[in-house]
Amino acid sequence: MRAKTKTDIAGLVACILVYAAIQGLILTEFIGPFWQLNIILIGINIILAVSLNLINGFTGQFSIGHAGFMAVGAYVSAVLTVKLQLPFLAAIVGGALGAGALGFAIGLPTLRLRGDYLAIATLGLGEIIRICILNIQYVGGASGFMGIPRYTDFTWVFALVVFTVFVIKNFIDSTHGRACISIRENEIAAEAMGVDTTKYKVLAFTIGAAFAGVAGSLFAHYFYIAHPASFTFMRSFDILTMVVLGGLGSITGSITGAVLLTFVSATLASYPEWRMIIYSVVLIILMIYRPQGLLGNKELSLKLLGRLTGGKKHGSA
Amino acid sequence: MDSSSLVVQLGQQLINGISLGSIYALIALGYTMVYGIIRLINFAHGDIYMVGAYAGFFATSVLKLSFIPALLFSMAAAGMLGIIIERIAYRPLRNAPKIAILITAIGVSLLIEYTTMLLVSPQPRTFPAIFTADIYHIAGLVINSQQVLILVVSLLLMISLTYVVHQTKMGKAMRAVSFDTDASRLMGINVDRVISFTFGIGSALAAAAGVLVGIYYNSIDPLMGIMPGLKAFVAAVIGGIGNIPGAMLGGTILGVIEALVSGFWSSTFRDAVAFGILIVILLLRPAGLLGKNIREKV
Amino acid sequence: MALLKATKLSKVFGGLRAVSNFEIDIAPGQLVGLIGPNGAGKTTAFNLLTGVYEPTTGEIEFDGKNVVGLKPYQITQLGIARTFQNIRLFADLSVLDNVKIAYHFHVKYGLLASFLRTSSYHKEEAEIEEKAVRFLEIFKLADKKDKIAKNLPYGEQRRLEIARALAAQPKLLLLDEPAAGMNPQETQQLMEMIRWIKKEFNLTILLIEHDMSLVMGVCERIYVLDYGTIIAQGTPLEIKSNPRVIEAYLGEEV
Repeated sequence: MRAKTKTDIAGLVACILVYAAIQGLILTEFIGPFWQLNIILIGINIILAVSLNLINGFTGQFSIGHAGFMAVGAYVSAVLTVKLQLPFLAAIVGGALGAGALGFAIGLPTLRLRGDYLAIATLGLGEIIRICILNIQYVGGASGFMGIPRYTDFTWVFALVVFTVFVIKNFIDSTHGRACISIRENEIAAEAMGVDTTKYKVLAFTIGAAFAGVAGSLFAHYFYIAHPASFTFMRSFDILTMVVLGGLGSITGSITGAVLLTFVSATLASYPEWRMIIYSVVLIILMIYRPQGLLGNKELSLKLLGRLTGGKKHGSA
Repeated sequence: MDSSSLVVQLGQQLINGISLGSIYALIALGYTMVYGIIRLINFAHGDIYMVGAYAGFFATSVLKLSFIPALLFSMAAAGMLGIIIERIAYRPLRNAPKIAILITAIGVSLLIEYTTMLLVSPQPRTFPAIFTADIYHIAGLVINSQQVLILVVSLLLMISLTYVVHQTKMGKAMRAVSFDTDASRLMGINVDRVISFTFGIGSALAAAAGVLVGIYYNSIDPLMGIMPGLKAFVAAVIGGIGNIPGAMLGGTILGVIEALVSGFWSSTFRDAVAFGILIVILLLRPAGLLGKNIREKV
Repeated sequence: MALLKATKLSKVFGGLRAVSNFEIDIAPGQLVGLIGPNGAGKTTAFNLLTGVYEPTTGEIEFDGKNVVGLKPYQITQLGIARTFQNIRLFADLSVLDNVKIAYHFHVKYGLLASFLRTSSYHKEEAEIEEKAVRFLEIFKLADKKDKIAKNLPYGEQRRLEIARALAAQPKLLLLDEPAAGMNPQETQQLMEMIRWIKKEFNLTILLIEHDMSLVMGVCERIYVLDYGTIIAQGTPLEIKSNPRVIEAYLGEEV
């Protein structure tokens, strides 16, 4: 336990240093508006990727409708700030709760589906959510929800990224996380070992959805507007790509994937068709030659950072 | 609305629905055959339908072919594309985890869409009028000759497919491979060739749908395959994924339901209804109307 | 009183009667075998007893409680553990992690404790680790505790699966063809291990097996299943000479 406390403090210090460094660069305008935007996006994408990884990577459930939960978070939080004049923190919590509640409601009936069928069901559900939002005039319908105050800044994003990674990592390293991983490995064996597989599948799904809601809240409160077109299947697929690129079952992998792909998107922003073509070719090659992604299910550990290879494997706490 | 005009409206939507349903059926057949044979949801299939439409466009406006040669040209072109895609992107992943091949399929889909956009511009194109629309009025119903064309061509293609699947050696091989791949291999069936053939036929049918849609709706664009692709997949699931008559049935049912929803309720919720039906079927009867339940051995 | 009692159990799949009128009665501390030709329905019976399948008709009583309709994880929590015909380890996890899962449903710390890593989390995690390692030592797998399960040799994988099942502290252990794929020497070691775990963990054991030397060697009583029904039951000696059994196996060496 002593050792763990040491690494905890080291981690905390590292976080503070990174935060101070980047915030300093932003405040002194060393990092211009384009990259400021992208740093915010990287943070949001990290939250999305890590939360999706909990569902797909650690629990082995095939969910490709994550954008729907992001949308719920975005819209619920926007309603709380714009229509109900609540402070940002309350809006974020509201967005998370809304998305989480929907995740629970959806997860309960659909998580008995397996593999391809679950994938298609989540895809369909993501689309249904988006189409429903498109038809709700109270939140702007097809024109989108306008006039959202820009509360999101680097500090908020950084804090929530750290919070997300902290919560999810601790979940994974506990007996509850082990239960989820055992479901991924062999659901029937997990059930035979006394694990309530339904409960844990729904739990992972709900937690993942809630954090997607957090990301959605941050997103809406940066871009002044929330529009259904930001939450299509393409968005779900973007997040999935980050997770798979980084490695299903690796938190540092998801972070890496989010950073890399946001970076690539930013660089190719002026060439949208080329961006998609490069994206898809990279994806196809990745799947054929290295389907486990960059880090597989290992984590980047500080000791081996220099060698860029995997470190502590998940599950051996 | 008085009862006679309600009946007329109903009949009208039924006609529209059957046309739409035939299109869905043609596309759904490709999904269902590929799933039946290698358990893959070919996300790129909707984009093959789009390529078929563009091939038809090319054949009619550049090569100045008439309807039937253009249709055949388009079907051949798409068939070849389907076979090439299987060879390059899916065959190496035959034994890979499900998520890898699904992501690859999505990748292929995006690649086709955006390459097309780069090549022919994202702007919609107008399909040349090679089959003018004559309007018939029968019993108060409006029937478009193009709708008749769609129905006739679809039926002919589906009958041909049924013949191939049940009366030819290759068709028998297809059925064998979808039942038990390893046993088929042991019986001397060239499984790779059968899979290629399946992709080819499925793609050709989707292309035919694309050409028919080009003729009927006049406008084609690189992203036109996304929604019809997803909905055709829903149709395949309704009928029972892997089941060929199921795809035809599912397509027709979905087309009719969509037409009725559009006509009598709201066209904005039309797409949501299709997905809603998908969810309901997956939850209540995942094997679909004509499919069989497959248990995992414990 | 019987520890496990099944009466008039049957399972029908569509048109197929996989199991019919299956009746079994096992007293605490017994070592009972379930044999029969391939396809007789033995694994189906196991699946019925562990809640994987719901019986079409019939009752199952375990330790005085009716368990029909319970989900598999609930039945495990009541005290029945099992192994599988085709080994179902958590293949990509370490040997240690495979065993740790068995302690999951005994853990007391909740979600909040996990998120915040309170002292109860640390304490229980340390306990789990210690218990798991000690358990592996008993099964002579402790030196391989960090190895990935799928990389173990076959015999050790089977041993691990049994160890994992036992870590769940069951009263009744169901073994589905534990000797499958083993040579005579390994089978002998397995027999000794089965006798040993029964004594050491105070178990009742029901096992499915095709290897007759194992069955005859360890079982006190044997049930014989053919085409889904019990055709005979008794001591190994009685079963050996039972004409119906011999007929069912059609001249197999019994």
